Amino acid sequence: MPLRAKVASSVSRTAAALSRAAGRGDGSVIGGWIGLKIDPDLLAHLSAGRAIALVSGTNGKTTTTRLTSAAVGVLGRVATNSFGANMPSGHTSALAKAGSTPYAVLEVDEHYLAQVLEATEPHVVALLNLSRDQLDRAKEVAMMAQLWRAALVRHTDVRVVANADDPLVVWAATPPGDPARGINPPHVTWFSAGQRWHDDSWVCPECGSTIQRSGEQWWCTGCPLRRPEPHWVVEDEGVLDPTGAWHKVSLQLPGKVNLGNAATALAVAAEFGVRPVDAVSRLGIVTSVAGRYAQVDKDGRNIRLLLAKNPASWLEAFDMADDAPTLLSINARDPDGLDTSWLYDVDFAPLRGRQVLITGDRAYDLAVRLDVNDVPFQHVRTFDDALRSVPPGRLEVIANYTAFQDIRAELDRVI
Amino acid sequence: MSSESLRIVWIYPDLLSTYGDRGNALILARRARQRGMPVEVLEVRSDERLPATADIYLVGGGEDGPQALGAQRLLADGGLHRAVAQGSVVFGVCAGYQLLGTSFFAKGVQCRGLELLDLYSDRGESRAVGELAGEIDPRLGLPPLTGFENHGGRTHLGPEVSPLARVTAGVGNDSATEGAWRGKLLGTYSHGPALARNPALADLLLRWATGAHQLPPLDDTWSDRLRNERRSAVAAARA
Repeated sequence: MPLRAKVASSVSRTAAALSRAAGRGDGSVIGGWIGLKIDPDLLAHLSAGRAIALVSGTNGKTTTTRLTSAAVGVLGRVATNSFGANMPSGHTSALAKAGSTPYAVLEVDEHYLAQVLEATEPHVVALLNLSRDQLDRAKEVAMMAQLWRAALVRHTDVRVVANADDPLVVWAATPPGDPARGINPPHVTWFSAGQRWHDDSWVCPECGSTIQRSGEQWWCTGCPLRRPEPHWVVEDEGVLDPTGAWHKVSLQLPGKVNLGNAATALAVAAEFGVRPVDAVSRLGIVTSVAGRYAQVDKDGRNIRLLLAKNPASWLEAFDMADDAPTLLSINARDPDGLDTSWLYDVDFAPLRGRQVLITGDRAYDLAVRLDVNDVPFQHVRTFDDALRSVPPGRLEVIANYTAFQDIRAELDRVI
Repeated sequence: MSSESLRIVWIYPDLLSTYGDRGNALILARRARQRGMPVEVLEVRSDERLPATADIYLVGGGEDGPQALGAQRLLADGGLHRAVAQGSVVFGVCAGYQLLGTSFFAKGVQCRGLELLDLYSDRGESRAVGELAGEIDPRLGLPPLTGFENHGGRTHLGPEVSPLARVTAGVGNDSATEGAWRGKLLGTYSHGPALARNPALADLLLRWATGAHQLPPLDDTWSDRLRNERRSAVAAARA
């Protein structure tokens, strides 16, 4: 490593430690930010010599990254940005902090995938899904698929693990090659994790025609784009691998969506040569991910934290939550997106019959939504008020990003 | 009303539903039912024929590609034009508002609109993203408009339409006026579930559809709190 990079890396680690000691944060961003100021190529220097997997998509990337790290851990030490700090500063911090490791698994914000591909030259990139999320700020969903596709054209040597159920991902993962210049399309391994949310993929990204669906199959009515045959498939409580062998997956994380994330993790690990039979037991050691799914006991209540950032992840959260009192908290600060319109893309009917409490900066938006949805609720000002309003036992908390962080802070930054 | 029940058509949810547009159909249906009106909500996909006999048509927001495709299909279908000729109500939001005019821009190309409203849209220098507020045309007798906008278009009104509102915060059509209306057609840049923050506007559409001069009041406690909170937020941002 060049001297400048060594200095940058060391300063980065110190800043991160200071940030944690001062109680200002996880230290997962600030260190990398400072390091990159000293050496703009620091991420590339820190990546050199490691076999790296990148994980990107709208939903599930933090959890999939965590599960993938556990699976790849069969082979040796793995550096990872496990606090969800998923931009280049977070990657830089994570690699600097981990020191020398043979492997790294990095969660990447979908907007930064092209840049991080360039800097880290990964062995594998996993593409999970693309759905609407923070539309006031994020690029429109189809535009994101176009950016991914353009990035992969420049990195045809990378192995791609991609979601066969998402038409936008399939299109992004299969850019045309250029045989005249000796450029082959990337090698893609397809997985099927089941997908509840379809509303962002009715129009073909290739030709603009309607996409038809029947069961798990989908196809474009105007061009050859259609669902590829997946190599890895979720089946019952386990995963079918490409050889047809079925592996039971026992997770401590709830919901079918996490079984899908586990299938993805096994597929990515297999690209490093990890056999699913060796990796599958390690997936069961993951209990919570940056506070998500964490359970905290307080005042006789067993509080479980579920993060739901966008319509697709709310549907998954309702699937995971027990039939118990439920607190919903909504903010609309910068990291959440300033627009609350998406509330009407979520059907809250599964909450009928449960005791529902609402809080957060934008509780009134939620109140109007629940009213229209015929879901009775009670508005509370604080998390403590919520605790006092429910009987002892399980309290499910479903919150969007900054609301989740606020509640996590109340519970002493549970991880 | 055209039949026993109030018929609401949500046009092309497969194309024009980027920002919680379903909310407008849900809110209209609920407010009608609370007044004892039977309601039928039809979701008509872009590969289906549009019925010409419904009472209220909703055209929502969408990305550029779907917006252009939606306008093409509506022109080819002709159902919305027949419905308007028969006096149906049309409520257009964002991309759905633009495509009611004579032309709009999508993916850098000028596209033909439905020519139901005398207006056209082009591209602004910057995207308008944030809170939108305005004083509504006094002839409509409504409290101030509140909403969230997110669009790159600027809309120019012709003499046949009136602005829906005079802008007090945000951009709307051109930073001076916002939205447009003529007869029983109304469009706004207040995107997505615009009626959630503007229940009086929902009731206006219901009155237009039913011919009722007045509707029994409803308990709008939560909408009122939301409106007040948004008004304070806009005022605080300006101070």
